[in-house]
Amino acid sequence: MNNLIQEAENTVFEFQPKDFEPAENHNINIDKVYAAKSYWKDVLSTFLKNKGAIVGLIAIIMIGIMAMIGPDLSGHTYDAQIITHQNLAPRVPGLEKFGIFNGSENMNTSTGKVKVNKYVDSSKTTGLENIYYWFGTDVLGRDIFTRTWTGTRISLYIALVAVIVDMCFGMSYGLISGYFGGMVDNIMQRFAEILNGIPTLVIVTLLILVLKPGLTTITLALATTGWIGMSRVARAQVLKLKEQEFILASKTLGAKDFYVIFKEILPNIFGQLIIMSMFSIPNAIFTEAFLAFIGLGVPAPLASLGSLISEAFKSFTTHPYMIIFPVIVLAIVMLAFNMLADGLRDAFDPKMKEM
Amino acid sequence: MRKYILKRIGISFITLMAILLILFLMLEFMPGSPFNDEKLNEAQVAILNAKYGLDKPVVIRFFNYIKNMLTGDFGVSYTISKNTAITTLLETRLPISIRIGGQAVLLGTFIGLILGLIAALKHNTIYDTITTVISVLGVSLPSYVFALALSYTLGFQLKWFPLLYQPEAVVKSSVLPTISLCMFTVATVARFTRTEMLEVLGSDYMLLAESKGLSGGRIILVHGLRNALIPIITVLAPLVVGLMTGSLVIEKIFSIPGIGSLLVNAIQANDYNVIITLAFIYSALYIGIMLVVDILYGVIDPRIRLAKGDGNE
Amino acid sequence: MEKEKVLSIKDLSISFQTSAGEVNAIRGVNLDLYKGETIAIVGESGSGKSVTVKAIMGILSGNGRINSGTIDFMYHRGEEEVHEDLLKLSKKEMCHRIKGKRIAMVFQDPMTSLNPTMTIGNQIMEGMRYHFKTPKQEAHEKAIKLLELVGITEPQKRMKNYPHQLSGGMRQRVVIAIALACDPEILICDEPTTALDVTIQAKILELIKEIQEKTNISVIYITHDLGVVAKVADYVGVMYAGKIVEKGLINEIFYDPKHPYTWGLLSAMPDLDTNDELLYTIPGSPPNLLNKIEGDAFAERNQYALNIDHRVEPPLFKVTDTHYAATWLLHENAPDIQMPMELKNRIYRMLGEVE
Repeated sequence: MNNLIQEAENTVFEFQPKDFEPAENHNINIDKVYAAKSYWKDVLSTFLKNKGAIVGLIAIIMIGIMAMIGPDLSGHTYDAQIITHQNLAPRVPGLEKFGIFNGSENMNTSTGKVKVNKYVDSSKTTGLENIYYWFGTDVLGRDIFTRTWTGTRISLYIALVAVIVDMCFGMSYGLISGYFGGMVDNIMQRFAEILNGIPTLVIVTLLILVLKPGLTTITLALATTGWIGMSRVARAQVLKLKEQEFILASKTLGAKDFYVIFKEILPNIFGQLIIMSMFSIPNAIFTEAFLAFIGLGVPAPLASLGSLISEAFKSFTTHPYMIIFPVIVLAIVMLAFNMLADGLRDAFDPKMKEM
Repeated sequence: MRKYILKRIGISFITLMAILLILFLMLEFMPGSPFNDEKLNEAQVAILNAKYGLDKPVVIRFFNYIKNMLTGDFGVSYTISKNTAITTLLETRLPISIRIGGQAVLLGTFIGLILGLIAALKHNTIYDTITTVISVLGVSLPSYVFALALSYTLGFQLKWFPLLYQPEAVVKSSVLPTISLCMFTVATVARFTRTEMLEVLGSDYMLLAESKGLSGGRIILVHGLRNALIPIITVLAPLVVGLMTGSLVIEKIFSIPGIGSLLVNAIQANDYNVIITLAFIYSALYIGIMLVVDILYGVIDPRIRLAKGDGNE
Repeated sequence: MEKEKVLSIKDLSISFQTSAGEVNAIRGVNLDLYKGETIAIVGESGSGKSVTVKAIMGILSGNGRINSGTIDFMYHRGEEEVHEDLLKLSKKEMCHRIKGKRIAMVFQDPMTSLNPTMTIGNQIMEGMRYHFKTPKQEAHEKAIKLLELVGITEPQKRMKNYPHQLSGGMRQRVVIAIALACDPEILICDEPTTALDVTIQAKILELIKEIQEKTNISVIYITHDLGVVAKVADYVGVMYAGKIVEKGLINEIFYDPKHPYTWGLLSAMPDLDTNDELLYTIPGSPPNLLNKIEGDAFAERNQYALNIDHRVEPPLFKVTDTHYAATWLLHENAPDIQMPMELKNRIYRMLGEVE
């Protein structure tokens, strides 16, 4: 019998008395269930693990709060022009003791670089000793801090417009075009294709020629072009879904077309749509900032981040502080929305998860 | 393939006609006549109208208009440079814009591809993170932020490059504009290459190529990059748009005498004719580029090239 | 004539680093392959079949680590007999000497395993041109011969086709042609028929068999389908949880199985003569290899488990010179437990059919 054992020759097994009696396996029919997570829980937990997305979300919330309360904080208004307060550098109480934000700036004069402080002058009384402009003032003596946050409101308003346009128009267009297919789809797609063939830049400039520059025009411009990308994504998703069994089942049970579209299909593609609209926000803000920069932004004395940058650009070699703050806020807004959108995409798209 | 190309050309043509119609209608219904100089009396306006053919019926004027636009007769500028033919304005400006735009596309695509490839091949390493940061920054920050930062540091403080465009130092003064303009391209291409390449790297045919015992470089270039490049073509449209809008701002910041700054000036001076001409040129450029891209797409992807109708099945 | 041993895997163990921890995918595998023979590795998904062959090919994914073992590969270079341990070769040496050239692989899904942007012809010729610097004309002729060999009509014309122009069965034939391009000694087939229609499955299996007769190539077959095994294999290894639990000649495994897991697999195979109401399934699910396994990995699901199975992992017991099984039931002290009656009857019937 010994030759039955191949490997056992080298290994010594210690047997126990009951070793060769049948074991009592009571639970062999129970399948082990690995901890299951619901879809949304899974999305949430992936999202929370994404540091970039969380940072983006927090930044957006902070900027949102500042846009709400910011303009009332400094005690200055966004449109008050005080001639004696022109071109003042940033000055913040408390920080000025450390030599930063003390209201002084480097000026290039014919004799070279000079440090100038317009608030405090040892030789004379300026009348500004007790005045603080946290971000400084512009060439007309307006408070940049207040103007920056007023401008942020416009950017956030634009973001809102972008989402609404995407969600209402782009989504419906794509859903209907994809769901009905055939002739309807053909016509709707050709129309979108032609509209898409015209550069946004051209549409916007033409619109502004007809209307006058202002918030309404910008809103309209975004509404005309912003939805195309979204409609494409929505259509592609519908095409993917509409042949699936559960849609067929719903139709067999006599569901109306619009019921199927909005109750059966929409919930399944919502994740994709949210991601898409998140990506269109920075795009819209970008467009506004760009329009403002070429002089088609909101009319003065209103301010948007774009128009602030555009104005400050004229004197940015002499007073760089004027441009720095709006640029930083704009950059943070854009970055935050992009990072949030990235995080959402990773959370909704399980395909990319393990990579 | 022929059917595909014909269809593309057809759509491009219709789009161009639609744009021409819109532009024409805008000229027609623009508040006020192009000759809204208060010093002109009615008779003089009539003479001017006759001179520019504005007294003929709408349909004829429309066809005249199309003929003029397509043959490059854009009329004259009304305000920026009174009574200069727009063609003359464009002659010097268009090449400058196209050169800087072209440089930005080439440089941006090249750098973007390399960054994206590195990020995908060294996935989840520090290189990947760096590329991701660069691409998020590039997509997030408007090109004028880069332009301002570059011109303040390299131009104003270090004085390495001229702050403004100098016609006598073309190469040196186009460095900063090109870099600022290509950041968006770099970011978009890098981001997309990374995603696509990661997907291709995980595909079965890459495993098969690997199991053939080919060299790493050949696997990545012949089997990987080509398949990854096909979807990358789809981001070219937003890229071109980004370049166009970017060029307006960049040309303004660096005072480059191109069509971008011309458009900005025209908008600010309400020079309808110039604006509409430039709108047409931008549209035509865009449509032309998209057409070339679509056809290229077909050439690279055999699934489109050999689509039903002309495959040899 | 003495059979030539082409490939010999000894004590191979492989683990993967994952976010959840270390997964011990392969826990000591021993296997031999002889010239001109076919060995089939059978097992459930996740039992480590594919990992084993990927280790042979040197295409383990990045997080895989080989902990121990050798893979001895013997081939002829002219008259000379060469032995090489594949695990000791560098990536470069694997590429130059082994992969594609001497060991080739056919993958599971023909729909995705061909490069969509390269013609069939180029994909077949690529290996020859790369490894042997075959002149274009010669490579072309050989590719056409290969296409004929794998049963593709009008090979001239097909050379210029792209994968999307061929059906699934045709594509798998092309994949096989690609694998054979460099006249390899060993062909590894990783579930080559799973993704195909049943009618095409049989044709592909016959094709591989035919090719084997013509070229005297050795084949490793990975499958979970015992029906496929019965058609193609000379020798069978049953894998469970990263170990070979029973191996033997095809008749020994099918007609005289010793391991309760093999009993389970055979009972779970549907056939026309069995009139049971329910098709037998093996209860439970494979163990999570993240956890360290105490005793026999199959004990949890084994209704014939002995007490010792929960404590000590069984060694391989020798049944005949070619047949081994790792179960304590073969120990001299074990109670006399036979395979279930239904299975016995079934085997009886099958034997009857054969004779």
